[in-house]
Amino acid sequence: MNIWVFAQEAAGVPTSGTLELLTKARSLVADGGHVTAFVGGDATAIAASLGEHGATKVYATGDLGGKLPGVAVSAAMKAVIDGGDVPDLIVFPQTTEGRDIIARLSVKLDRTALTNNTGISIEGATVSVTTPIFGGNTLVTTTFTGSGPFLATFRPKSFAAESAGGAAAEVVAAPVPELGATGAAAVTAVHVEESTGPKLDEAAIVVSGGRGLGEAAKYEMVETLAKLLKGAPGASRAIVDAGWVPYSYQVGQTGKVVKPTVYIAAGISGATQHMVGMKGAKNIIAINKDKEAPIFGIADLGIVGDVHKVLPKLIEALQGR
Amino acid sequence: MNVIVCVKQIPDPAAPGALDPSTNTLKRDGKLILDESDSYGVEMALQLVDKAGGGEVSLVSMAPNGEVSGLRTALAMGAAKGILVSDPALQGSDALTTAKVLAAAIQRLGGADLIIAATESSDGYTGTVPEQIAEVLGLPSVTFAKALTITDGKLDAQRQTEEGYDDVTCPLPAVVSVTAGVVEPRYPSFKGIMAAKSKPVETVTAADLGVTPVGWAGASQSITNVGQAEARTAGTIVEDDGEGFAQIVSYLENLKVI
Ligand SMILES: Cc1cc2nc3c(=O)[nH]c(=O)nc-3n(C[C@H](O)[C@H](O)[C@H](O)COP(=O)(O)OP(=O)(O)OC[C@H]3O[C@@H](n4cnc5c(N)ncnc54)[C@H](O)[C@@H]3O)c2cc1C
Ligand SMILES: Nc1ncnc2c1ncn2[C@@H]1O[C@H](COP(=O)(O)O)[C@@H](O)[C@H]1O
Repeated sequence: MNIWVFAQEAAGVPTSGTLELLTKARSLVADGGHVTAFVGGDATAIAASLGEHGATKVYATGDLGGKLPGVAVSAAMKAVIDGGDVPDLIVFPQTTEGRDIIARLSVKLDRTALTNNTGISIEGATVSVTTPIFGGNTLVTTTFTGSGPFLATFRPKSFAAESAGGAAAEVVAAPVPELGATGAAAVTAVHVEESTGPKLDEAAIVVSGGRGLGEAAKYEMVETLAKLLKGAPGASRAIVDAGWVPYSYQVGQTGKVVKPTVYIAAGISGATQHMVGMKGAKNIIAINKDKEAPIFGIADLGIVGDVHKVLPKLIEALQGR
Repeated sequence: MNVIVCVKQIPDPAAPGALDPSTNTLKRDGKLILDESDSYGVEMALQLVDKAGGGEVSLVSMAPNGEVSGLRTALAMGAAKGILVSDPALQGSDALTTAKVLAAAIQRLGGADLIIAATESSDGYTGTVPEQIAEVLGLPSVTFAKALTITDGKLDAQRQTEEGYDDVTCPLPAVVSVTAGVVEPRYPSFKGIMAAKSKPVETVTAADLGVTPVGWAGASQSITNVGQAEARTAGTIVEDDGEGFAQIVSYLENLKVI
């Protein structure tokens, strides 16, 4: 079994999702086969780390020159496959880029693409992946039929990332071929929404606010509390859509997956799409004025109360320490 | 300017989802409604056509049992016409087949300057269909657009990323997937609802569109197991009597995080 991992970088290092997939792929090819990383960009900075986590070879497209990765990287992958290096399986982090590339590639290869997975198993040449549905209560296992390359994306934090102490991987150029009309979209500016403190998906404590805060200005309570606890502020999609906070704050199915030691949900109902992003937290504390709110079904400590009363007192108590 | 919007019709998400035990796929019987995710696309399309000062919004949808109620909602909002692809053979289709079918329906409408879909549907959320449609049609695409404007035959979008957003420009024709919240969808007016009843919806089969194989035959995947995840159980739930905050403080103390 030969596996490709679509590898992404942020701020000069591979993303955690990339390292998680490399680690998992390494264990899957243990009895023969190898792991190859595929980078949509320049791989110089990250090749050593990719090697350390299990990649023995790294394909790199080189700078995409403002082209969107979906079109460009899928075309580069297809060119390598046409050139004779055909993997059995290609795995992608469930990110905007991962999703776009797998979609384009699935059409080019005429193969099904399975997204939103959290597990994978391989028996002989049979590959099965697992997807949580209904807020993560039900797990559906799907087996690829027909011939590879099989294509799948995995949600962040599905696997642990561990270094194998491998050597730096050999970097092989996989240039983007001529794209024609499909390659006409171009990035003209990149905006990074700066946030201070720990990153939402890495923080040990996450404090999230939802529509129950009532108005945008009240989100400040969430930020203050997060800061006091040296954690990161998060949000439900309701208040991201309402424009109270940027999308990068969103926790859930279409936002970030968090697995902190403590997750505090303030004024969040606990929709299934929110829960899939946070039910992996070790401890969940919920504050909601509705005692029937679904969030209480998974909370270790639930306070049935008004966020406008509980949060200010909690903040005051912590400030006094 | 002509815009085609892909609109999925789904079971009401307020009703609890269930799997059909014989096929292990989501149950899609009963009345279907317009996926809220697609109501943003419909609104965006109506606004863009309005701004362009001419043209119309058309719809494509693939759904079982000749279901049109979700399409009627989008027509009531102001779309002009639609194509429904409905065919028992489509049962079990994967996202790739769905994209091929929708792309063929788009071609049957003669294409458009812009094709809009949502970043993901509320029930299936594979999140790949729009980009797959673009590849089938050989078009450029901009996914995850949280803002969209059209000027002089090109589009400018803010494309949501993990860290923030990118400004992206792209010539038309193109496919765009829009996020929830990109615009505020209008409520259909009474006049709109009445007018929608007589707007044309053509119903076709996959074979009419020349797309084969579809359904289970076209999908190179099979569901091999459905199980329950380890459930999380509720802990202590207390009513706030003014001292609720103190419970949180002592809980955090016990965990030694403060
Ligand atoms: C395809 C799709 C993807 C989605 N992805 C995500 C996602 O990634 N993340 C996400 O979060 N959602 C997602 N959603 C949306 C999700 O379904 C919910 O709509 C959303 O999570 C609700 O946010 P909320 O809990 O803040 O708001 P609501 O559901 O409106 O809940 C507000 C809660 O606040 C409580 N409340 C009100 N006032 C007070 C008060 N004064 N004090 C205390 N409590 C109060 C209420 O009792 C209520 O429980 C998605 C939906 C779809 C269809
Ligand atoms: N059966 C369908 N009919 C019409 N549009 C669809 C259908 N399936 C997917 N789409 C479009 O593609 C988007 C993403 O769907 P998905 O890839 O299933 O998450 C949806 O929000 C729709 O805009």
